[in-house]
Amino acid sequence: MVDALRSRMTMPADEVRERIASAFPAAQIEVVDLTGTQDHYQARIVSAAFAGKSIIEQHQLVYRALGDAMDGPIHALALETITPATLTLPKGGV
Amino acid sequence: MNTGIRERIVATIQSKPVVLFMKGNKAVPQCGFSAQVVGILTRERVDFLDVDVLADPELRQGLKEFSSWPTFPQLYIGGKLVGGADIVTALSQSGELGRLLAAS
Repeated sequence: MVDALRSRMTMPADEVRERIASAFPAAQIEVVDLTGTQDHYQARIVSAAFAGKSIIEQHQLVYRALGDAMDGPIHALALETITPATLTLPKGGV
Repeated sequence: MNTGIRERIVATIQSKPVVLFMKGNKAVPQCGFSAQVVGILTRERVDFLDVDVLADPELRQGLKEFSSWPTFPQLYIGGKLVGGADIVTALSQSGELGRLLAAS
């Protein structure tokens, strides 16, 4: 199983989103294929699970959810992790 | 990950306050992101241990699991993972990296 995943070259956006969703069931998740080649992604995840955690701890949670997918099919992932509380804060400026 | 590699990683990150696992070494980085972090640490005038993961595939794979972090470079300060190139760059710009290094 593990070897099968590592030998895969790409992963569809839906599958990336499902893997993240399995670890963050109540999260708002957007996955964008940056290159149209199913291997360079950007993901924006809004979840209460990130509350009280540093950016590195938040990203570690996402990488754990993706597991071996980061070793083969996903070549690059730009991550944005957000808590619902931060989202409702006023943006400032204007 | 086998126990041996875990013990090696723990011993390495505890051997110096600042340890950079990178592609290549600080004199000759083999990747732009690794070079970027070497540049930042050099500007911070910090003494750090550089470990070339390209020379050690077992260590490279073990670190991905140990750190729950899939890419290199990986900067450890005081035995804790601080981040890769993006996070280290952001921390450097905000001045927080200097504080972390001073506390290490």
